[in-house]
Amino acid sequence: MAKRAAPEVNAGSMADIAFLLLIFFLVTTTIETDSGLNRKLPPMEESDEDVIIKEKNIFQLEVNRKNQLFLKTGGEEKIIEIKDLRESAVTFLDNGGGTGDSACKYCQGKKNPRSSDNFDKAIISLQNDRATEYDTYIAVQNEIIAAYNELRNREFKRAFPTLDMNFVEAENAYGDARTTPATKAKLKEKLEQIKTLVPQKFSEAEPKSN
Amino acid sequence: MSKFKKKKGGEMPAVNTASLPDIVFMLLFFFMVATVMRQNTLMIENKLPQADQIEKLDKKSLVMYIYAGKPSTNYKSQYGNEARIQLNDKFADVSDIAAFIAAERAAKREEEVPFLTTALKVDSDANMGLVTDIKQELRKVNALKINYTTRKGNALEGLKK
Repeated sequence: MAKRAAPEVNAGSMADIAFLLLIFFLVTTTIETDSGLNRKLPPMEESDEDVIIKEKNIFQLEVNRKNQLFLKTGGEEKIIEIKDLRESAVTFLDNGGGTGDSACKYCQGKKNPRSSDNFDKAIISLQNDRATEYDTYIAVQNEIIAAYNELRNREFKRAFPTLDMNFVEAENAYGDARTTPATKAKLKEKLEQIKTLVPQKFSEAEPKSN
Repeated sequence: MSKFKKKKGGEMPAVNTASLPDIVFMLLFFFMVATVMRQNTLMIENKLPQADQIEKLDKKSLVMYIYAGKPSTNYKSQYGNEARIQLNDKFADVSDIAAFIAAERAAKREEEVPFLTTALKVDSDANMGLVTDIKQELRKVNALKINYTTRKGNALEGLKK
């Protein structure tokens, strides 16, 4: 008996099937955003002792229901634009008006006696209204973090000039899975040092209800 | 009956499409690998605000998602026009957050619980009142690590005047 040759499978519709799958995945794909502003909430328990903070060490921000930003610091009160916030925050944090024990070693500011003493004493406080829009709030938060990052970058470069990276880059390298554990341990130590030098003292007051 | 008959002029040869499946498969594999299947079907509008001082959330398994925003068009008639919270696949109330966090924590290993982060995916049009309520609720259950999920971009440009 003659051996029958196996008939060849028609592969012409393969492209159609692949297209179908491709379109399915194209439609279902959502590029997930997995980054944002990290924040830590204060714990719930109320401490009874009142901490006394000098007024000059507070950079008091208030966002009202019309998304306007009020700034109260060093005895003056004014409305500022969000785009100017970063600069004023840096000026405030970097002021270094302290003398004696609270003198600021690395501040490069104007040493205005009516503004903050040093990095450690300076507090940024933010209060918003319940009707404030979320994107305004995020913009304000973003600018505050940017101000801290600016100073931390500067201090990181000053403290570790050989590393050739700034604070944010170092933090990214620390979070990168490709960094070796040995490098990570070294970086962590340096990051912690800068974080203690320029701590993010940021407080959020309960919003005003209307 | 000449052997060297002149070819019929003007007709173009057909393009060979034999490699088309290969190309399509290549694209297919790219999308299959790059796709992250959405865990939750969004029932709300969720246009995230922009920011540029962002940090990456590295461990996906250690993130709890809380969505908030206006109900999307399909649900408007039922749930109204006011911004609402969505947990997992359904609309929720502020008071449901505590139970949601507890359930998420129970599903994780005990040593992972302190590292859990709550990602707030809030629509940029939402009011801070809702966000503040969520934050208060998170403080009550001691879930203090939060992340305001944003898109990368200029925070000031995103603001409407």
